[in-house]
Amino acid sequence: MSDERGVQDAGYDEWLDAVEDGNAFYLECPNGHGSLPPRRVCVDCGSTDLERVDLPETGEIETFTVTHVPTPAFEEDAPYATAIANFGSVRITGQIVGLDPDAVENGLEVEPKVTISETTDERVLGLEPV
Amino acid sequence: MSNVRVVGTGITPFGNVPERTGRDLFAEASIAAFEDSGVPRDDVEAVFYGNFMGELAEHQGHQGPLMAEAAGVRAPATRYESACASSGVAVRDAVYRIRSGEADVVLVGGAERMTNLGTAGATEALAIAADDLWEVRAGMTFPGAYALMAKAYFSKFGGDREDLAHVAVKNHENALPNEKAQYRSAITVEDALEAPWVSTPLGLYDSCPISDGAAALVLTSEAYAEENDLDAPVAITGTGQGGDRLALHDREHLARSPAARKAGEEAYADAGVGAGDIDVAEVHDCFTIAEVLAIEALDIEGVGEGISAARDGRTTADGETPINLSGGLKAKGHPVGATGASQIAEVASLLAGEHPNSEHVEDATTGLAHNAGGTVASATVHVLEVVA
Repeated sequence: MSDERGVQDAGYDEWLDAVEDGNAFYLECPNGHGSLPPRRVCVDCGSTDLERVDLPETGEIETFTVTHVPTPAFEEDAPYATAIANFGSVRITGQIVGLDPDAVENGLEVEPKVTISETTDERVLGLEPV
Repeated sequence: MSNVRVVGTGITPFGNVPERTGRDLFAEASIAAFEDSGVPRDDVEAVFYGNFMGELAEHQGHQGPLMAEAAGVRAPATRYESACASSGVAVRDAVYRIRSGEADVVLVGGAERMTNLGTAGATEALAIAADDLWEVRAGMTFPGAYALMAKAYFSKFGGDREDLAHVAVKNHENALPNEKAQYRSAITVEDALEAPWVSTPLGLYDSCPISDGAAALVLTSEAYAEENDLDAPVAITGTGQGGDRLALHDREHLARSPAARKAGEEAYADAGVGAGDIDVAEVHDCFTIAEVLAIEALDIEGVGEGISAARDGRTTADGETPINLSGGLKAKGHPVGATGASQIAEVASLLAGEHPNSEHVEDATTGLAHNAGGTVASATVHVLEVVA
Protein backbone atom coordinates (compact mmCIF):
# COMPACT_ATOMS: atom_id res chain seq x y z
CA MET A 1 0.00 0.00 0.00
CA SER A 2 1.34 3.41 -0.86
CA ASP A 3 0.31 6.44 1.13
CA GLU A 4 -1.36 9.58 -0.28
CA ARG A 5 1.93 10.81 -1.69
CA GLY A 6 2.70 7.51 -3.35
CA VAL A 7 5.39 6.50 -0.87
CA GLN A 8 5.80 2.74 -0.69
CA ASP A 9 6.93 0.50 2.16
CA ALA A 10 10.27 -0.83 0.96
CA GLY A 11 10.58 -4.56 1.45
CA TYR A 12 6.88 -5.19 1.89
CA ASP A 13 5.67 -3.71 -1.41
CA GLU A 14 8.55 -5.39 -3.23
CA TRP A 15 7.44 -8.66 -1.68
CA LEU A 16 3.91 -8.15 -3.03
CA ASP A 17 5.47 -7.35 -6.45
CA ALA A 18 7.39 -10.62 -6.24
CA VAL A 19 4.20 -12.56 -5.45
CA GLU A 20 2.51 -10.94 -8.45
CA ASP A 21 5.46 -11.98 -10.61
CA GLY A 22 5.28 -15.56 -9.34
CA ASN A 23 8.55 -15.18 -7.40
CA ALA A 24 7.34 -15.29 -3.79
CA PHE A 25 10.21 -15.60 -1.33
CA TYR A 26 11.14 -15.46 2.32
CA LEU A 27 14.37 -14.57 4.10
CA GLU A 28 16.58 -17.27 5.55
CA CYS A 29 19.61 -17.12 7.84
CA PRO A 30 22.50 -19.66 7.68
CA ASN A 31 20.80 -21.62 10.48
CA GLY A 32 17.67 -22.09 8.40
CA HIS A 33 15.37 -19.72 10.30
CA GLY A 34 12.78 -18.09 8.07
CA SER A 35 11.27 -14.63 8.26
CA LEU A 36 9.41 -12.05 6.20
CA PRO A 37 10.77 -8.70 4.95
CA PRO A 38 11.73 -6.03 5.71
CA ARG A 39 14.15 -7.58 8.17
CA ARG A 40 17.88 -7.21 8.84
CA VAL A 41 18.34 -9.50 11.83
CA CYS A 42 17.17 -13.08 12.34
CA VAL A 43 14.97 -12.96 15.44
CA ASP A 44 15.77 -16.57 16.30
CA CYS A 45 19.59 -16.40 16.28
CA GLY A 46 20.66 -12.81 15.63
CA SER A 47 22.30 -13.53 12.29
CA THR A 48 22.46 -10.56 9.95
CA ASP A 49 23.27 -12.77 6.98
CA LEU A 50 19.77 -13.11 5.50
CA GLU A 51 19.16 -14.20 1.94
CA ARG A 52 16.16 -14.58 -0.31
CA VAL A 53 14.91 -18.13 -0.69
CA ASP A 54 11.98 -19.25 -2.86
CA LEU A 55 8.78 -19.67 -0.87
CA PRO A 56 7.33 -23.18 -1.25
CA GLU A 57 4.57 -23.01 -3.87
CA THR A 58 1.85 -23.96 -1.42
CA GLY A 59 1.17 -23.77 2.27
CA GLU A 60 -1.41 -25.41 4.50
CA ILE A 61 -4.13 -23.56 6.40
CA GLU A 62 -3.60 -23.97 10.16
CA THR A 63 -6.42 -21.76 11.39
CA PHE A 64 -8.97 -19.36 9.93
CA THR A 65 -11.81 -17.02 10.79
CA VAL A 66 -14.65 -15.37 8.92
CA THR A 67 -14.73 -11.69 9.85
CA HIS A 68 -18.16 -10.06 9.96
CA VAL A 69 -17.14 -6.82 11.75
CA PRO A 70 -14.26 -5.33 9.73
CA THR A 71 -12.21 -2.17 10.02
CA PRO A 72 -13.35 0.67 7.70
CA ALA A 73 -10.64 -0.38 5.22
CA PHE A 74 -12.48 -3.67 4.60
CA GLU A 75 -16.10 -2.53 4.96
CA GLU A 76 -17.14 -3.62 1.46
CA ASP A 77 -15.13 -6.86 1.66
CA ALA A 78 -16.89 -8.35 4.71
CA PRO A 79 -17.70 -11.06 5.41
CA TYR A 80 -14.34 -12.47 4.37
CA ALA A 81 -12.14 -15.29 5.56
CA THR A 82 -8.68 -14.67 7.00
CA ALA A 83 -6.33 -17.60 7.45
CA ILE A 84 -2.86 -18.38 8.72
CA ALA A 85 -1.08 -20.76 6.34
CA ASN A 86 2.09 -22.67 7.12
CA PHE A 87 4.72 -22.58 4.36
CA GLY A 88 7.35 -24.49 6.33
CA SER A 89 9.89 -21.92 7.48
CA VAL A 90 7.33 -19.11 7.64
CA ARG A 91 3.62 -18.70 8.22
CA ILE A 92 1.58 -16.12 6.34
CA THR A 93 -1.68 -14.38 7.28
CA GLY A 94 -3.87 -13.69 4.27
CA GLN A 95 -7.37 -13.19 3.01
CA ILE A 96 -8.89 -16.25 1.35
CA VAL A 97 -9.69 -15.62 -2.32
CA GLY A 98 -11.46 -17.79 -4.88
CA LEU A 99 -13.44 -19.75 -2.30
CA ASP A 100 -16.65 -19.11 -0.37
CA PRO A 101 -15.68 -18.10 3.19
CA ASP A 102 -17.95 -20.82 4.59
CA ALA A 103 -16.08 -23.51 2.63
CA VAL A 104 -12.67 -22.78 4.17
CA GLU A 105 -11.21 -25.51 6.35
CA ASN A 106 -7.98 -26.36 8.12
CA GLY A 107 -5.51 -28.36 6.05
CA LEU A 108 -6.49 -26.68 2.78
CA GLU A 109 -3.52 -26.13 0.41
CA VAL A 110 -3.16 -22.49 -0.64
CA GLU A 111 -0.80 -20.28 -2.58
CA PRO A 112 -0.13 -16.59 -2.01
CA LYS A 113 -2.01 -14.31 -4.35
CA VAL A 114 -2.23 -10.54 -4.37
CA THR A 115 -5.84 -9.41 -4.51
CA ILE A 116 -7.46 -5.96 -4.47
CA SER A 117 -9.65 -4.66 -1.64
CA GLU A 118 -13.21 -3.95 -2.77
CA THR A 119 -13.26 -1.08 -0.28
CA THR A 120 -10.00 0.75 -0.91
CA ASP A 121 -8.67 -0.65 -4.20
CA GLU A 122 -5.41 -1.28 -2.34
CA ARG A 123 -3.42 -4.49 -2.73
CA VAL A 124 -4.22 -7.17 -0.15
CA LEU A 125 -2.23 -10.31 0.52
CA GLY A 126 -4.50 -13.22 -0.30
CA LEU A 127 -4.32 -16.98 -0.08
CA GLU A 128 -5.91 -18.96 -2.91
CA PRO A 129 -6.76 -22.66 -2.72
CA VAL A 130 -4.90 -24.68 -5.36
CA MET B 1 13.38 -5.48 49.62
CA SER B 2 10.49 -3.25 50.62
CA ASN B 3 6.98 -4.25 49.66
CA VAL B 4 5.04 -1.78 47.57
CA ARG B 5 1.78 -0.89 49.26
CA VAL B 6 -1.44 -0.17 47.39
CA VAL B 7 -2.64 2.74 49.52
CA GLY B 8 -5.35 4.20 47.31
CA THR B 9 -7.38 3.10 44.29
CA GLY B 10 -9.86 4.86 42.03
CA ILE B 11 -11.83 3.65 39.05
CA THR B 12 -14.37 5.63 37.02
CA PRO B 13 -17.46 3.78 35.93
CA PHE B 14 -16.51 2.03 32.68
CA GLY B 15 -18.93 2.59 29.84
CA ASN B 16 -20.19 4.62 26.98
CA VAL B 17 -19.51 8.32 27.58
CA PRO B 18 -18.15 9.50 24.22
CA GLU B 19 -18.19 13.17 25.13
CA ARG B 20 -15.87 12.83 28.13
CA THR B 21 -12.22 13.66 27.51
CA GLY B 22 -9.38 11.44 28.62
CA ARG B 23 -8.14 14.14 30.99
CA ASP B 24 -11.53 14.37 32.67
CA LEU B 25 -11.74 10.60 33.08
CA PHE B 26 -8.27 10.36 34.60
CA ALA B 27 -8.96 13.33 36.89
CA GLU B 28 -12.00 11.53 38.31
CA ALA B 29 -10.07 8.30 38.90
CA SER B 30 -7.16 10.14 40.51
CA ILE B 31 -9.43 12.13 42.87
CA ALA B 32 -10.95 8.85 44.06
CA ALA B 33 -7.49 7.28 44.49
CA PHE B 34 -6.15 10.23 46.51
CA GLU B 35 -9.29 10.33 48.70
CA ASP B 36 -8.96 6.61 49.33
CA SER B 37 -5.25 6.92 50.15
CA GLY B 38 -5.07 9.87 52.51
CA VAL B 39 -1.81 10.84 50.78
CA PRO B 40 -1.29 14.54 49.92
CA ARG B 41 -0.74 15.22 46.20
CA ASP B 42 2.48 17.10 47.01
CA ASP B 43 4.10 13.88 48.19
CA VAL B 44 3.85 12.26 44.74
CA GLU B 45 7.29 11.99 43.17
CA ALA B 46 6.45 10.50 39.78
CA VAL B 47 3.44 9.70 37.58
CA PHE B 48 3.27 6.55 35.45
CA TYR B 49 0.40 6.73 32.98
CA GLY B 50 -0.86 4.15 30.46
CA ASN B 51 -2.72 5.04 27.29
CA PHE B 52 -2.94 3.36 23.90
CA MET B 53 -4.92 5.25 21.28
CA GLY B 54 -4.89 8.87 22.45
CA GLU B 55 -3.52 10.14 19.14
CA LEU B 56 -6.31 8.47 17.18
CA ALA B 57 -9.18 9.07 19.61
CA GLU B 58 -8.35 12.57 20.83
CA HIS B 59 -5.58 13.84 18.58
CA GLN B 60 -3.60 14.01 21.80
CA GLY B 61 -0.04 12.88 22.23
CA HIS B 62 2.29 13.76 25.10
CA GLN B 63 -0.31 12.72 27.63
CA GLY B 64 2.00 12.23 30.62
CA PRO B 65 2.19 15.87 31.72
CA LEU B 66 -1.42 16.44 30.69
CA MET B 67 -2.62 13.72 33.02
CA ALA B 68 -0.38 14.77 35.92
CA GLU B 69 -1.92 18.22 35.51
CA ALA B 70 -5.43 16.74 35.42
CA ALA B 71 -4.66 14.91 38.66
CA GLY B 72 -3.33 18.09 40.27
CA VAL B 73 0.17 16.66 40.58
CA ARG B 74 3.35 18.57 39.73
CA ALA B 75 5.65 15.55 39.61
CA PRO B 76 7.25 14.46 36.33
CA ALA B 77 5.07 12.13 34.30
CA THR B 78 5.70 9.50 31.64
CA ARG B 79 3.21 7.82 29.35
CA TYR B 80 3.47 4.08 28.76
CA GLU B 81 2.16 2.45 25.60
CA SER B 82 1.99 -1.32 25.23
CA ALA B 83 -1.41 -1.63 23.58
CA CYS B 84 -3.93 -3.09 26.03
CA ALA B 85 -1.15 -3.75 28.57
CA SER B 86 -0.25 -0.06 28.76
CA SER B 87 -1.06 0.47 32.42
CA GLY B 88 0.19 -3.01 33.36
CA VAL B 89 3.66 -1.95 32.27
CA ALA B 90 3.15 1.42 33.96
CA VAL B 91 2.42 -0.36 37.26
CA ARG B 92 5.49 -2.54 36.80
CA ASP B 93 7.81 0.41 36.37
CA ALA B 94 6.15 2.20 39.28
CA VAL B 95 6.82 -0.85 41.47
CA TYR B 96 10.46 -0.88 40.36
CA ARG B 97 10.82 2.85 41.10
CA ILE B 98 9.64 2.39 44.67
CA ARG B 99 11.64 -0.80 45.22
CA SER B 100 14.80 0.91 44.03
CA GLY B 101 14.35 3.52 46.74
CA GLU B 102 14.22 6.35 44.21
CA ALA B 103 10.63 7.20 45.15
CA ASP B 104 8.34 6.63 48.13
CA VAL B 105 5.05 7.79 46.59
CA VAL B 106 3.89 7.46 42.99
CA LEU B 107 0.66 7.91 41.08
CA VAL B 108 0.07 5.24 38.44
CA GLY B 109 -2.88 4.53 36.21
CA GLY B 110 -4.32 4.89 32.77
CA ALA B 111 -7.24 6.09 30.74
CA GLU B 112 -8.79 5.50 27.37
CA ARG B 113 -11.43 7.33 25.40
CA MET B 114 -12.78 4.99 22.72
CA THR B 115 -16.52 5.18 22.11
CA ASN B 116 -16.27 8.55 20.35
CA LEU B 117 -14.60 6.66 17.51
CA GLY B 118 -17.64 4.44 16.87
CA THR B 119 -17.40 0.66 16.42
CA ALA B 120 -15.60 0.75 13.08
CA GLY B 121 -13.21 3.49 14.20
CA ALA B 122 -12.40 1.75 17.47
CA THR B 123 -11.91 -1.56 15.63
CA GLU B 124 -9.44 0.20 13.35
CA ALA B 125 -7.67 1.87 16.28
CA LEU B 126 -7.35 -1.41 18.19
CA ALA B 127 -5.96 -3.10 15.07
CA ILE B 128 -2.83 -0.95 15.16
CA ALA B 129 -1.61 -3.13 18.03
CA ALA B 130 -1.08 -5.85 15.41
CA ASP B 131 1.59 -5.99 12.69
CA ASP B 132 0.40 -3.37 10.22
CA LEU B 133 2.17 -4.76 7.17
CA TRP B 134 1.61 -8.46 7.66
CA GLU B 135 -1.66 -8.68 9.59
CA VAL B 136 -3.75 -5.52 9.43
CA ARG B 137 -3.31 -5.03 5.68
CA ALA B 138 -4.50 -8.59 5.13
CA GLY B 139 -7.73 -7.63 6.90
CA MET B 140 -7.02 -9.14 10.30
CA THR B 141 -8.96 -7.37 13.04
CA PHE B 142 -8.39 -7.86 16.76
CA PRO B 143 -11.44 -10.04 17.26
CA GLY B 144 -10.23 -11.82 14.12
CA ALA B 145 -6.83 -12.50 15.69
CA TYR B 146 -8.38 -14.02 18.82
CA ALA B 147 -10.78 -15.94 16.60
CA LEU B 148 -7.75 -17.43 14.82
CA MET B 149 -6.42 -18.47 18.24
CA ALA B 150 -9.79 -19.88 19.32
CA LYS B 151 -10.06 -21.96 16.16
CA ALA B 152 -6.48 -23.17 16.61
CA TYR B 153 -7.27 -24.05 20.24
CA PHE B 154 -10.37 -26.05 19.31
CA SER B 155 -8.36 -27.95 16.67
CA LYS B 156 -5.51 -28.74 19.05
CA PHE B 157 -7.23 -29.30 22.39
CA GLY B 158 -10.95 -29.61 21.67
CA GLY B 159 -13.75 -27.54 23.18
CA ASP B 160 -16.32 -25.45 21.43
CA ARG B 161 -18.28 -22.21 21.42
CA GLU B 162 -20.52 -23.41 24.21
CA ASP B 163 -17.51 -23.72 26.52
CA LEU B 164 -16.58 -20.13 25.68
CA ALA B 165 -20.17 -19.02 26.28
CA HIS B 166 -19.81 -20.19 29.88
CA VAL B 167 -16.90 -17.76 30.33
CA ALA B 168 -19.11 -14.90 29.17
CA VAL B 169 -22.02 -16.01 31.36
CA LYS B 170 -19.72 -16.21 34.39
CA ASN B 171 -18.19 -12.79 33.87
CA HIS B 172 -21.56 -11.12 33.29
CA GLU B 173 -22.80 -12.76 36.49
CA ASN B 174 -19.77 -11.45 38.39
CA ALA B 175 -20.37 -7.90 37.15
CA LEU B 176 -23.92 -7.70 38.52
CA PRO B 177 -22.97 -6.08 41.88
CA ASN B 178 -20.02 -4.07 40.49
CA GLU B 179 -21.09 -0.45 40.20
CA LYS B 180 -18.15 0.33 37.93
CA ALA B 181 -19.10 -2.31 35.36
CA GLN B 182 -20.33 -1.42 31.89
CA TYR B 183 -22.70 -4.39 31.63
CA ARG B 184 -24.64 -5.29 34.74
CA SER B 185 -26.95 -7.74 33.06
CA ALA B 186 -27.06 -11.51 33.33
CA ILE B 187 -26.86 -13.47 30.10
CA THR B 188 -27.47 -17.13 29.31
CA VAL B 189 -25.43 -19.60 27.30
CA GLU B 190 -28.18 -19.43 24.67
CA ASP B 191 -27.90 -15.63 24.47
CA ALA B 192 -24.19 -15.97 23.81
CA LEU B 193 -24.59 -18.70 21.20
CA GLU B 194 -27.34 -16.85 19.35
CA ALA B 195 -25.57 -13.47 19.26
CA PRO B 196 -24.38 -12.06 15.92
CA TRP B 197 -20.95 -13.07 14.64
CA VAL B 198 -18.01 -10.77 15.11
CA SER B 199 -15.38 -13.08 13.68
CA THR B 200 -16.10 -16.82 13.66
CA PRO B 201 -16.04 -18.69 16.04
CA LEU B 202 -16.40 -15.57 18.22
CA GLY B 203 -19.74 -13.81 18.55
CA LEU B 204 -20.80 -10.56 20.16
CA TYR B 205 -20.83 -12.01 23.69
CA ASP B 206 -17.35 -13.47 23.27
CA SER B 207 -16.02 -9.93 22.88
CA CYS B 208 -15.43 -7.23 25.45
CA PRO B 209 -17.20 -3.95 24.77
CA ILE B 210 -15.67 -0.71 23.56
CA SER B 211 -15.36 1.43 26.67
CA ASP B 212 -14.37 4.78 28.07
CA GLY B 213 -12.82 4.91 31.51
CA ALA B 214 -9.85 5.48 33.75
CA ALA B 215 -8.15 3.92 36.76
CA ALA B 216 -5.60 5.32 39.21
CA LEU B 217 -3.53 3.89 42.04
CA VAL B 218 -1.47 5.57 44.73
CA LEU B 219 1.45 3.30 45.56
CA THR B 220 3.94 3.88 48.35
CA SER B 221 6.91 2.24 49.98
CA GLU B 222 6.20 0.16 53.06
CA ALA B 223 8.16 2.67 55.15
CA TYR B 224 6.02 5.59 53.95
CA ALA B 225 2.80 3.66 54.60
CA GLU B 226 3.89 2.77 58.14
CA GLU B 227 5.31 6.19 59.03
CA ASN B 228 2.07 7.82 57.97
CA ASP B 229 -0.10 5.16 59.58
CA LEU B 230 -1.94 4.46 56.32
CA ASP B 231 -4.70 1.88 56.15
CA ALA B 232 -3.12 -0.17 53.37
CA PRO B 233 -3.14 -3.88 54.06
CA VAL B 234 -2.38 -5.01 50.49
CA ALA B 235 1.02 -4.98 48.78
CA ILE B 236 2.24 -5.76 45.29
CA THR B 237 4.72 -8.50 46.14
CA GLY B 238 5.52 -9.84 42.70
CA THR B 239 5.92 -8.37 39.23
CA GLY B 240 6.66 -10.05 35.91
CA GLN B 241 6.64 -9.20 32.23
CA GLY B 242 6.88 -11.29 29.10
CA GLY B 243 7.25 -10.48 25.43
CA ASP B 244 6.76 -12.29 22.15
CA ARG B 245 6.79 -11.81 18.37
CA LEU B 246 4.32 -9.12 17.36
CA ALA B 247 2.52 -11.08 14.63
CA LEU B 248 0.48 -14.08 15.71
CA HIS B 249 1.68 -16.16 12.74
CA ASP B 250 5.28 -15.86 13.99
CA ARG B 251 4.51 -17.61 17.30
CA GLU B 252 5.58 -21.16 17.95
CA HIS B 253 2.02 -22.07 19.06
CA LEU B 254 -1.09 -20.36 17.78
CA ALA B 255 -3.11 -21.46 20.82
CA ARG B 256 -0.82 -20.55 23.66
CA SER B 257 0.49 -17.37 25.30
CA PRO B 258 4.15 -17.87 26.24
CA ALA B 259 4.59 -14.18 27.12
CA ALA B 260 1.94 -14.56 29.83
CA ARG B 261 3.61 -17.75 31.04
CA LYS B 262 6.95 -15.96 31.34
CA ALA B 263 5.36 -13.00 33.13
CA GLY B 264 3.57 -15.35 35.51
CA GLU B 265 6.66 -17.40 36.31
CA GLU B 266 8.63 -14.24 36.98
CA ALA B 267 5.91 -12.74 39.20
CA TYR B 268 5.41 -15.98 41.16
CA ALA B 269 9.15 -16.30 41.79
CA ASP B 270 9.38 -12.63 42.71
CA ALA B 271 6.60 -12.98 45.28
CA GLY B 272 7.78 -16.39 46.44
CA VAL B 273 4.42 -18.01 45.70
CA GLY B 274 3.14 -20.61 43.26
CA ALA B 275 0.06 -20.81 41.09
CA GLY B 276 -1.56 -22.98 43.76
CA ASP B 277 -1.37 -20.09 46.22
CA ILE B 278 -3.53 -17.80 44.10
CA ASP B 279 -6.92 -17.35 45.76
CA VAL B 280 -8.42 -14.95 43.24
CA ALA B 281 -7.34 -13.50 39.89
CA GLU B 282 -8.25 -10.84 37.40
CA VAL B 283 -7.09 -11.94 33.95
CA HIS B 284 -7.19 -10.23 30.57
CA ASP B 285 -10.38 -11.58 28.97
CA CYS B 286 -10.67 -9.21 26.02
CA PHE B 287 -12.29 -12.23 24.37
CA THR B 288 -13.61 -15.34 26.07
CA ILE B 289 -10.82 -17.46 24.57
CA ALA B 290 -8.28 -15.03 26.06
CA GLU B 291 -9.38 -15.98 29.59
CA VAL B 292 -8.85 -19.64 28.72
CA LEU B 293 -5.36 -18.99 27.33
CA ALA B 294 -4.49 -16.78 30.31
CA ILE B 295 -5.42 -19.23 33.07
CA GLU B 296 -3.46 -21.96 31.25
CA ALA B 297 -0.40 -19.74 30.84
CA LEU B 298 -0.59 -18.82 34.53
CA ASP B 299 -0.72 -22.51 35.53
CA ILE B 300 -4.09 -22.02 37.21
CA GLU B 301 -5.29 -24.62 34.69
CA GLY B 302 -3.32 -27.24 32.78
CA VAL B 303 -2.65 -26.71 29.07
CA GLY B 304 -5.74 -27.82 27.15
CA GLU B 305 -7.87 -27.89 30.30
CA GLY B 306 -8.76 -24.22 30.75
CA ILE B 307 -11.57 -24.44 28.21
CA SER B 308 -13.80 -26.32 30.67
CA ALA B 309 -12.95 -24.26 33.77
CA ALA B 310 -15.92 -21.88 33.67
CA ARG B 311 -18.36 -24.54 32.45
CA ASP B 312 -17.37 -26.92 35.24
CA GLY B 313 -17.40 -24.20 37.90
CA ARG B 314 -13.70 -24.15 38.79
CA THR B 315 -13.39 -20.43 38.03
CA THR B 316 -16.86 -19.21 38.97
CA ALA B 317 -17.45 -17.03 42.04
CA ASP B 318 -17.83 -20.09 44.26
CA GLY B 319 -15.20 -22.16 42.45
CA GLU B 320 -11.67 -23.11 43.53
CA THR B 321 -10.07 -20.04 41.98
CA PRO B 322 -12.59 -17.34 41.09
CA ILE B 323 -11.50 -15.58 37.91
CA ASN B 324 -12.61 -12.06 37.04
CA LEU B 325 -14.89 -11.40 39.99
CA SER B 326 -15.05 -7.78 38.76
CA GLY B 327 -16.79 -8.96 35.60
CA GLY B 328 -13.51 -8.89 33.71
CA LEU B 329 -12.93 -6.96 30.54
CA LYS B 330 -15.89 -8.85 29.15
CA ALA B 331 -18.53 -7.28 31.40
CA LYS B 332 -16.75 -4.60 33.42
CA GLY B 333 -15.50 -3.07 30.16
CA HIS B 334 -12.12 -2.48 28.56
CA PRO B 335 -10.94 1.11 28.24
CA VAL B 336 -7.64 -0.35 27.16
CA GLY B 337 -5.14 2.03 28.76
CA ALA B 338 -6.99 1.84 32.09
CA THR B 339 -7.44 -1.91 32.25
CA GLY B 340 -4.15 -3.02 33.82
CA ALA B 341 -4.37 -0.52 36.68
CA SER B 342 -8.06 -1.25 37.21
CA GLN B 343 -7.27 -4.95 37.62
CA ILE B 344 -4.81 -4.13 40.42
CA ALA B 345 -7.48 -1.94 42.05
CA GLU B 346 -10.05 -4.75 41.85
CA VAL B 347 -7.71 -7.39 43.30
CA ALA B 348 -6.58 -5.08 46.10
CA SER B 349 -10.19 -4.34 46.95
CA LEU B 350 -11.16 -8.04 46.83
CA LEU B 351 -8.28 -8.94 49.18
CA ALA B 352 -9.06 -6.05 51.53
CA GLY B 353 -12.63 -7.27 51.88
CA GLU B 354 -14.01 -4.05 50.39
CA HIS B 355 -15.25 -5.33 47.04
CA PRO B 356 -18.94 -6.11 46.39
CA ASN B 357 -17.75 -9.64 45.55
CA SER B 358 -15.37 -10.03 48.51
CA GLU B 359 -17.87 -12.37 50.17
CA HIS B 360 -16.84 -15.04 47.65
CA VAL B 361 -13.19 -14.89 48.72
CA GLU B 362 -13.40 -14.12 52.44
CA ASP B 363 -10.23 -16.00 53.35
CA ALA B 364 -8.23 -14.85 50.34
CA THR B 365 -4.73 -13.56 51.05
CA THR B 366 -3.09 -13.80 47.63
CA GLY B 367 -4.36 -12.44 44.32
CA LEU B 368 -3.09 -11.97 40.80
CA ALA B 369 -3.61 -9.49 37.98
CA HIS B 370 -2.74 -10.40 34.39
CA ASN B 371 -2.74 -7.73 31.68
CA ALA B 372 -2.03 -8.45 28.02
CA GLY B 373 -1.26 -6.40 24.92
CA GLY B 374 -2.08 -7.36 21.36
CA THR B 375 -2.34 -11.08 20.80
CA VAL B 376 -0.16 -11.28 23.93
CA ALA B 377 3.06 -9.97 22.46
CA SER B 378 3.15 -8.07 25.77
CA ALA B 379 2.04 -9.38 29.14
CA THR B 380 2.41 -8.28 32.74
CA VAL B 381 1.52 -10.23 35.86
CA HIS B 382 1.36 -8.81 39.37
CA VAL B 383 0.92 -10.76 42.59
CA LEU B 384 -0.83 -8.97 45.45
CA GLU B 385 -0.84 -10.13 49.06
CA VAL B 386 -2.38 -9.08 52.33
CA VAL B 387 0.67 -8.08 54.39
CA ALA B 388 -0.72 -5.99 57.22
